Amino acid sequence: MALEQEAEGDGPEGRMGARIEDCSCPRGGGWRPGAGWARREEVQAEIDTLPLHQRPSIREMGRRTESSEVPFRKGRGDVPRPSPSPLPSPSPAPLPRAGEGALITIHRVGTRMEIAAVSPEAAALGLHSGMPLTQARAMIPGLDIRNAEHEADAAILERLALFAARRWTPAAAVSAPDGLWLDLTGVTHLFGGERSICARILRFCARAGFAARIAVAGTAGAAYALARNAGGPITLCPSGREAEAIAPLPLEALRIGEDSAIAARRLGIDRIGDLIAMPRAPLARRFGQALLTRLDQALGSAAEPLEPIVPADPPSASVRFAEPIASAEAIDTALDRLMSGFVDTLGEKGLAAKRTILFCSRIDGEEQRIVIGTARASRDRNHLLRLLRMKIETIDPGFGIEAMRLVAGRCEPLGPQPIEGGLGGEKPDPDLVPLIDRLAGRLGARRLFRISAVESDVPERSLARVGPLSPAAGWPDWPRPVRFLSPPEPIDRVMAELPDQAPLRFLWRGRMHRTARADGPERIYGEWWRKSGEADAVRDYFEVEDEDGARFWLYRRGDGIDARTGDLSWWLQGMFG
Amino acid sequence: MPALSPSRSERLAALRAEVRAIESAGADGARDCLPFEVGAIDRRLAGGGLAIPALHEVAGARAGLGDDAAATLFIAGIAARLSMVEAGGTILWALSRRDLFAPGLAQAGLRPDRVIYAECRNDEEVLAVMEEGLRHGGLAGVVGEVGRAQMASTRRLQLASEEGATAALMLKRWRKADEDPLLSPSAAVTRWRIACVPSGELPVQSVGRPRWRIELARQRGGEPFNLVMEGNDAEGRLALPAEPRHRSPADGRARAA
Repeated sequence: MALEQEAEGDGPEGRMGARIEDCSCPRGGGWRPGAGWARREEVQAEIDTLPLHQRPSIREMGRRTESSEVPFRKGRGDVPRPSPSPLPSPSPAPLPRAGEGALITIHRVGTRMEIAAVSPEAAALGLHSGMPLTQARAMIPGLDIRNAEHEADAAILERLALFAARRWTPAAAVSAPDGLWLDLTGVTHLFGGERSICARILRFCARAGFAARIAVAGTAGAAYALARNAGGPITLCPSGREAEAIAPLPLEALRIGEDSAIAARRLGIDRIGDLIAMPRAPLARRFGQALLTRLDQALGSAAEPLEPIVPADPPSASVRFAEPIASAEAIDTALDRLMSGFVDTLGEKGLAAKRTILFCSRIDGEEQRIVIGTARASRDRNHLLRLLRMKIETIDPGFGIEAMRLVAGRCEPLGPQPIEGGLGGEKPDPDLVPLIDRLAGRLGARRLFRISAVESDVPERSLARVGPLSPAAGWPDWPRPVRFLSPPEPIDRVMAELPDQAPLRFLWRGRMHRTARADGPERIYGEWWRKSGEADAVRDYFEVEDEDGARFWLYRRGDGIDARTGDLSWWLQGMFG
Repeated sequence: MPALSPSRSERLAALRAEVRAIESAGADGARDCLPFEVGAIDRRLAGGGLAIPALHEVAGARAGLGDDAAATLFIAGIAARLSMVEAGGTILWALSRRDLFAPGLAQAGLRPDRVIYAECRNDEEVLAVMEEGLRHGGLAGVVGEVGRAQMASTRRLQLASEEGATAALMLKRWRKADEDPLLSPSAAVTRWRIACVPSGELPVQSVGRPRWRIELARQRGGEPFNLVMEGNDAEGRLALPAEPRHRSPADGRARAA
């Protein structure tokens, strides 16, 4: 499987036609090697019949037309003449010049910036990886250029390999820089055959946003070559016919260095098939053993072990009972034993559990599950035990429990813990985390919180719950009640002067209150950016003390002048002490 | 009779402290208290302040929401001062109704980063959460809002409070208009009743500092009393009202003594 990085280069052939068009040499003279190439109609047709990867490279064609190139190299001021070629050019005809949507990533190679990878749009514009950035910029203005992040790419590839090792096959390895090897031996029947597992993996990759190609072959080398060069999204190579399958592929498909490939090409060895046909001894002498090793690996005559990525199992501990247990005391005792092993496992790996799951397998095949979470990752035996004990009563033992297993659902690294308190014997700072975990286990994590200020003047919206250990912000010093009625309660028979006097009396919950002292109004405007209905809304808040000394927080909807701001109804929103 | 020599009076003081430690049955013997920093109250409290490893009950004097709010603010002021005794002291506030408004608590000096709220479904859960918080020992104080509490559960809270050396404050809220929540038997060390009274006149048309009638209905090892106080300032402190005509008779006696 290879993540697509390169575009197939169809451009050179088309340009070659134009170049020869400019040649003024007498055609068909036969005095110049390569003059036959000038009869481009037949040659072009011949090239077009070849599959993409078999078409002659630009180097090949450039070398043979070299003699016509030099004297007529275009000058700076020349306007390129449109080619009158009647044949359909294999390159996409009029290229859009602006690089809209074309994304390339770049990295530094030596002293220059090169393209690391291109998007399909950029590939359609003729860009390919390895091209200097300056050239790409000159060709296509307005490209979207980003820095390549090779470490991040490698990390994602590794995650993908881990996922593959969990989902599809036990042996998955990274094939840097852009591929994965999956050992499908003995796996495919689980997914309904090679083609259907490939289709499945491709569907997953499409969902995850990767363009992928897959080849299945008997050797890792052949699979590598076919996945990156065979074209189609799925290539299945019948077992034992690797040599046939990879023979037409270019030499780069063998994972050999670029230098070796260029040197081989200079000798006229273009395809892997040419290499297979050659005697081995001169090849080894000329190119070194590496080339032959790669060839043998691809053909299956040399072993190539993969280095599979092994997904780490979550730390766990389990115990089976000779006799099924059913009582709470027995479960408690078993849990105690189990927890020691669990904490030791965590300690060995330098991990601490943030989420711990207890599985109890009953003899009737049912599985009971208890999940506990901690505010901070912990491997404190007593703490975890106390949290689990609180939930023992929720286990339904049925006819008996025959096995128990503790699994760390989520882990975080945790080094050795310092002894609490300093060496001077001072009192250690109280650690609230165990308490918070216990209370959260009792009440539920959402019912334990701090209240923090939110930037809003509307009282109902001025606070929000945050986590019990998060920092909380305070409020400005406007008078606010300590008991809050939500929703506010309407008050009746209000006697108040407009526009901005507090009520002289009002009826609330069946009792008439006469105002002794009052303060206000504090005007709070509606938040038009939240709801359009609040655009004009106004509340005028008053702090009112009645004759008994009880203090109320009242408000009137509307400013008392403009009817749009509210209907002048009165409401009680809270009580001051 | 010859005057007590300094060394003898010191020994006497030490003996008294020891007797008090035995009485309290506290684990470490040292019984801290939180003074109100108002002489009139502190002088009448056994121990010169609110005992910290102990359960205290507070309720509104009448069934209305006004007295309830005053009682809440009274507790918030104590909690604020508890949280300021140690830097970074945290208060656990167990709720059973959703009408508490945190900005109002902040104005009594209980800053939002000093409180952790626990929203409970019923009184039993509030009591259980309070007990858990008290036994932990790392909190500056635990506040719980309950309607009813059995004698047994208040005794549990009192023991948990002594075990964790943490103050327990219980706000008893009125459930029925004719059922005074402070009348049920309880193991609380002090029981307070708070009522709103009209505040003092200001020279301008406005409301000033609130004024509460603070009634200490019962206390262990001391006499009940009744005072009118001005409500919390921004750091949770009470104050005596300035004008002599608003003083309660009890206050006057205290002055004379």
